Amino acid sequence: MADRPGPLDYLRRWWLRGWILAVVVFLYAPIVCLVVFSFNDSRRNIVWQGFTLDYYGRALRNASLIEAFTNSLVVALVATVLSTIIGALLALALWRFRFVGRSAVEAGSALPIVIPEICMGVALLVFFTRVGWPTGLVWPLNLSSVIFSHVAFAFPFVTVVVRARMEGFDRSLEEASKDLGASEWQTFWNVTLPYMKPGLIAGALLAMTLSLDDFVITFFTSGPETLTFPVKVYSMVRFGATPEVNAASTVLIVVTILLTIIAIRLQSPAKQEG
Amino acid sequence: MSATPTPAIVQLQGVTKRFGSFTAVERTNLEIPTNAFFALLGPSGCGKTTLLRMLAGFESPTEGSILIDGQEMSRVPPNRRPVNMVFQSYAVFPHMTVAENVAYGLKVSGVPRAEIGPRVRDALAMVRLTGLEGRKPDQMSGGQRQRVALARALVKRPKVLLLDEPLSALDKKLREEMQLELVRLQHEVGITFIVVTHDQEEALSMADRIAVMEKGRILQIAPPRELYEQPNCRFVAGFIGAMNLFEAQVRAADNGHAQLEVKGVGALQVPVDHTPPRGPATLAVRPEKLRLFTARPEAQGARLSGLVEQLAYFGDTSQVYVRLGDGERVTVTHHNATRSTAAGLAAGQPVWLGFDPADAILLTD
Repeated sequence: MADRPGPLDYLRRWWLRGWILAVVVFLYAPIVCLVVFSFNDSRRNIVWQGFTLDYYGRALRNASLIEAFTNSLVVALVATVLSTIIGALLALALWRFRFVGRSAVEAGSALPIVIPEICMGVALLVFFTRVGWPTGLVWPLNLSSVIFSHVAFAFPFVTVVVRARMEGFDRSLEEASKDLGASEWQTFWNVTLPYMKPGLIAGALLAMTLSLDDFVITFFTSGPETLTFPVKVYSMVRFGATPEVNAASTVLIVVTILLTIIAIRLQSPAKQEG
Repeated sequence: MSATPTPAIVQLQGVTKRFGSFTAVERTNLEIPTNAFFALLGPSGCGKTTLLRMLAGFESPTEGSILIDGQEMSRVPPNRRPVNMVFQSYAVFPHMTVAENVAYGLKVSGVPRAEIGPRVRDALAMVRLTGLEGRKPDQMSGGQRQRVALARALVKRPKVLLLDEPLSALDKKLREEMQLELVRLQHEVGITFIVVTHDQEEALSMADRIAVMEKGRILQIAPPRELYEQPNCRFVAGFIGAMNLFEAQVRAADNGHAQLEVKGVGALQVPVDHTPPRGPATLAVRPEKLRLFTARPEAQGARLSGLVEQLAYFGDTSQVYVRLGDGERVTVTHHNATRSTAAGLAAGQPVWLGFDPADAILLTD
């Protein structure tokens, strides 16, 4: 019985433990460093000098950093809602209907996923100048070009996730619903949408993460007054990586983790009830 | 049965359904009496499921009309029809509990809240699922899920209940149990059941009327016994149970009798219902209607002889495959009525076969 190791027995092999350790170190060491050095009492941020919360205070008092942070959150929120709706509708259309050029639409919708970000950024920049997208609007309308760009590259990810979810859907559930007296709309609301929900949440989460940390495309499409957090951090780092950047980044990481936890909780309400 | 004919709850008049160039159902006329347990039986692809889906409203006929309880239904969407369906996959909503599943149909059609609770309780009691109201479908067995699907359809009090291959996903023991259960339910609720199946035993044991379909057409509609004993064509004869077919020529026919020349048998007179036309025909004899003798019998009735080719022993009966002198193979069901009989048979042994002409069926198609 103990001749061949079971799946969990492999964890007792030294080389496998070493491997796991290496993976963890390479994945998380940089993040740990970032967080730890955000508490470093030093301007240069190379050698550990002592613990301080100073830089969190400074980051908070840095108006332009806070503005960029707010911009990022607003952009991410609006872009997530829009790309989830558009992506889910496209996924439903592709899943449900057969129409001329369906495969072309499907392939075309996946383009933003495969096109290099830099090309997408340039393309969007050219597009905005070409159509004369209004600039210099009041906040938050001046974020519209960034939001537009984020929706453009994020919604295909939602489509892919929702589409994959719907592949497992038993069409007779919809038929059963109609057979029992439900209208088209009632059927969608009561039967199709609940089934889609995990896909929607996963897709929205993906879109939000993509939007929050996007640098390249935002760099091309944001005006000077509409910096997002990643772009602002980049400009700050150019003058040296101070613990202030670390502190701001740590806050972003915490926000992201919180959002993820919320999303995961929303995804499995049944388990909490039981 | 009462003398007055029961009015038809479902009427199909010249119903045709084409998918592109493929005709799934062709100019079908059908009347299903109220309170019948009706089976649509046929091989896969014969159009029986399409017919059922047209009754439910998921397909609309290319031509013809469908009347349910006297109302024209062919263009009415499924949610406005007085029929409910039990799907082959059961289609129980996975995110709802048993009680929510059963209540769903009442809720979406605006039944008052106070009425829903008792009706759900009654429906669940009827399918013997009381106590499982709070279960989710993934915590139930296939048989239980099917009961949920049944309760969910019956709680709507439809005029007709449609069942699409209701037993195909169950194992043998459960299937037999469910057959009895469905018959009991049908008697209890007193509504018309229309069941689609490819399993002839299922149809014979449950239904009181069966329509046999092939290639989009209904070949015969009859009660089970009639379908078995008096099939009207070679397809029905072969599809329902096993059948031995002999080529024959109708030499003469008068009222009630036909003079035949049967290949391998010789001249034979058989009783017939309808006077058959002269010419080629088929004489059909069920395996259990053939008698098997191990020695040439003195008595009249032995008409065929051959060698035992193969034996399949089932305990109560043995299936004996006999190769006749002319090369044809005949199946005989031999009842092992005494303990010694089966032991007497062996492959290669010469045997004689006989049958009563009254047990033979003349098919002229």
